Amino acid sequence: MEKTKLTAKDFSSGLPVKWCPGCGDFAILNMIQKTLAGMGLPLEKYAVISGIGCSSRFPYYVSTYGFHSIHGRALPVATGVKLSNPDLAVWVITGDGDGLSIGGNHMLHTIRRNIGLKVVLFNNRIYGLTKGQASPTTQPGSKTKTTPLGSIDYPFNPARFAVGLDCTFVARGIDTDIAGTSVILERASKHNGTAFVEVLQKCLPFTDKEFDPLKDPAVKEDLLLRVEHGKPLVFGKNRDKGIALRNFRPEIITFKPGAVPAEVAVYDETNAELAYLISGFTQPEFPTPIGVFKVTQKPSYEELYYQQVAGIGDTKAHELETLLTGPDAWEIK
Amino acid sequence: MNKTTNSRKVNVSQLNSVTVRFAGDSGDGIQLVGSQFANATAIAGNDLSTLPDYPAEIRAPAGSLAGVSGFQISFGDESVLTPGNKPDVLMAMNPAALAVNLKNLEKGSVIITNSDAFTPAALEKAGYASNPLEDGSLANYRVIGVPVNALTEGALKDSGLTRAQILKCNNFYLLGLLYWMYGLPLETTQAWIKTKFKKIPELAAANNKVLMAGFDYAETTEIFDARFQLKKSPVVPGKYRNLTGNEAAAYALITAAKLLKKKLFYGSYPITPASEILQTLSKHRAKDVVVFQAEDEIAAMCSTVGAAFGGELAATGTSGPGLSLKCEALGLAVIAELPMVIVNVQRGGPSTGLPTKTEQSDLLQAVYGRHGECPLVVMAASSPADCFHTTLEAARIAVKYMTPVIVLTNAYLSNGSEPFRIPKLSELPKFQISPLPDPADYKPFMRDPETLARPWTWPGLAGYEYRAGGLEKLDVAGGISYDPLNHEVMTNLRADKVARVVKEIPPTKIHGQAEGDLLVVGWGSTYGAIKTAVNEARKAGLSVSSIHIKHIFPMPPDLGTIMRRFRKVLVPEENSGQLRMLLRSAHMLEPLGLNKVQGQPLNSDEILAKIQEILRGN
Repeated sequence: MEKTKLTAKDFSSGLPVKWCPGCGDFAILNMIQKTLAGMGLPLEKYAVISGIGCSSRFPYYVSTYGFHSIHGRALPVATGVKLSNPDLAVWVITGDGDGLSIGGNHMLHTIRRNIGLKVVLFNNRIYGLTKGQASPTTQPGSKTKTTPLGSIDYPFNPARFAVGLDCTFVARGIDTDIAGTSVILERASKHNGTAFVEVLQKCLPFTDKEFDPLKDPAVKEDLLLRVEHGKPLVFGKNRDKGIALRNFRPEIITFKPGAVPAEVAVYDETNAELAYLISGFTQPEFPTPIGVFKVTQKPSYEELYYQQVAGIGDTKAHELETLLTGPDAWEIK
Repeated sequence: MNKTTNSRKVNVSQLNSVTVRFAGDSGDGIQLVGSQFANATAIAGNDLSTLPDYPAEIRAPAGSLAGVSGFQISFGDESVLTPGNKPDVLMAMNPAALAVNLKNLEKGSVIITNSDAFTPAALEKAGYASNPLEDGSLANYRVIGVPVNALTEGALKDSGLTRAQILKCNNFYLLGLLYWMYGLPLETTQAWIKTKFKKIPELAAANNKVLMAGFDYAETTEIFDARFQLKKSPVVPGKYRNLTGNEAAAYALITAAKLLKKKLFYGSYPITPASEILQTLSKHRAKDVVVFQAEDEIAAMCSTVGAAFGGELAATGTSGPGLSLKCEALGLAVIAELPMVIVNVQRGGPSTGLPTKTEQSDLLQAVYGRHGECPLVVMAASSPADCFHTTLEAARIAVKYMTPVIVLTNAYLSNGSEPFRIPKLSELPKFQISPLPDPADYKPFMRDPETLARPWTWPGLAGYEYRAGGLEKLDVAGGISYDPLNHEVMTNLRADKVARVVKEIPPTKIHGQAEGDLLVVGWGSTYGAIKTAVNEARKAGLSVSSIHIKHIFPMPPDLGTIMRRFRKVLVPEENSGQLRMLLRSAHMLEPLGLNKVQGQPLNSDEILAKIQEILRGN
């Protein structure tokens, strides 16, 4: 490989992208291509793996090795790739239907194992590719083609789902928040274990109003809580609101801009309980939290695997004769 | 063996082969005693074949009929092809074991039993109104009732062990007794005891003492007036080990990876009766033997597809219901044209069916059980040791043709064992992968003109980056294509590629004459039973031959010619006629069927009876 540093452009496959014009997937693609370039590995060391859905067309647009697998199964396919080739950077692209409905079981177990996959879940709260059926993140009351009277399903909160499973890296970004989401992806790229990144994005044909307030400059700062490690939980256009914990219950308190009271909680991304509490915030009671919610450290599955077998893997040990000769073998001359 | 002095005159008879069945409670250590006996016969130079038969329940209530566990072994001085039909000797540890197995005994056979176990409570649990050892109902058998509990307690009265610990040793008493009867060496079991109880020397001493006590009891008591001897079976020189079919498949996968100079990746989910493949490979985990216990059958299959994409020798194992769950991802493997081995250990189905029992009923699922036009290679192993050779060949074909290969075994082969001659790597077939073109000329779906295999490239290999996937690919270039004609071209290419595997199939061996009245066509686990039955029929002067099919899909090209040289064709199967259906549709013939769907193997007597019935009608 040439020594020159790869740029985001080098990670484009050049194929015509087939998402709807204006879809947030374009922005996420650009951000991830930039993040891959920032990882500094040669092109062949990346694998981008997806399931089925709009987001899962992603690998075709990246110039690395890629695998557009089957519905819900990107994670076990990626696990096979990563576990046999632990030095690869393996990214998994999935959606709310692919990753949390048909592939929900794999999500549980991937997070439980802490295998070193970077999982980006595009959450548009709908089945887009199959044209508008309710998904596990569709909000109560939403009218979709399969919920004409309004959804009665209680939805998943993906980030909180991952925090609840003690995922070692959990974050949430918004497709239009390039600055914030790029930082999240860069941090995820450096994490050793499973990194779970939820990206909120609307689906133009089916959920085109879904996250509009969160993107409206007039109100968004009053509706978003930007979570940052070591910083007080302050929000609002005028930076005059904060989160205090009273009897372990979060409450919104207001204050004069600039005069943050001591009881406003300071965020600690290594605190799983705090991450659970904050990632559970939903509108309208609380602002929608974005940022890196949880970063904890433990060895990844592949690190543990290869540590355990270090020293046993020499070719000699697997000669059939060596394996089978023992007290149970006999020789006939 | 150590003990050869005979203190009294006993009648030593020469035998050609013997079938012994061990039976008792699941907790009686029947499988252990049986496998110890098998190793001793192997060391004595006999050929052998074994079959465990255990209940689905881990520990059914003690003494109940449902809890009876069995282990059958046939050993002899010539090639032993099956674990035997009806036992010559039944070792029954309790009344339930006797009750369950009596119907399979011929009159005149020997029953050795623990008479101390025939208590009123145990008799009642086994459904006996009176004690069969005393009421004359066993008059047609040679019954040897040994008060094993009392004798074991006597032998260990100074051991300091509790009564419960002492009685746990009593299965070795009868084992020692059988070793005397067949002149078998004690050394292998003594060595096993030493290793097993290394940390508890008092238990090692106790078990050894009980084994010897059983042996001495047989030598000194008057009730044993007969001793049997078998000549050594003539076998190819070499190192041997007794292997079950599951172990053989596991070692084949390690060996295949070694021959390919790649890692083995085995992704699997526990399922009876395939779990021993996962367990055996887990014991050999290493840098280049990666074993992954997945969260479900689907993840197991998908991780295998991922590892194949990742450039390693990928494999998975399962049984019928698991294969059903794997089928969607198998479709992905077929369209992505990735090499892998799927070992399917068939059991009684559908659904949970008879999970510990044997069947051959997944043949059509293996050949056709997928959506779309989805051809892949299917092979079948014919004996426990053949599970090694068939699995190895499956891996060789998989990487040569870039295709998934399903290996069909079943509960009978996977649990049964026979001596396996340990080959040297240099004796094994060479693995061949199409060479990679220059990166500048590379297209993901260009093909080797001979095999039609596409080039195998993987993440980490610079210059060959490509996108695999489940969407139809453009011929040669490999991009997504919805073009109708291209789909048909690709469908035909995938089928043609798999069809070309016929080049790997050697000419079919005919056992017997090349033409005649009847040809018996078998596949998979019925190999031993068919060959035994055909041998018997030929000895009786009948014009019958047999062939055995290893390549189920594609099939050997010479089958039609061979079958047409016989007046009739019989296909014995442990299903309702699945191979028969394939033969009929491929060759426009009307073979006869012998079909058994009882969760039990077809035995040679049943096949022989069918052969006689057909030829008597001639």
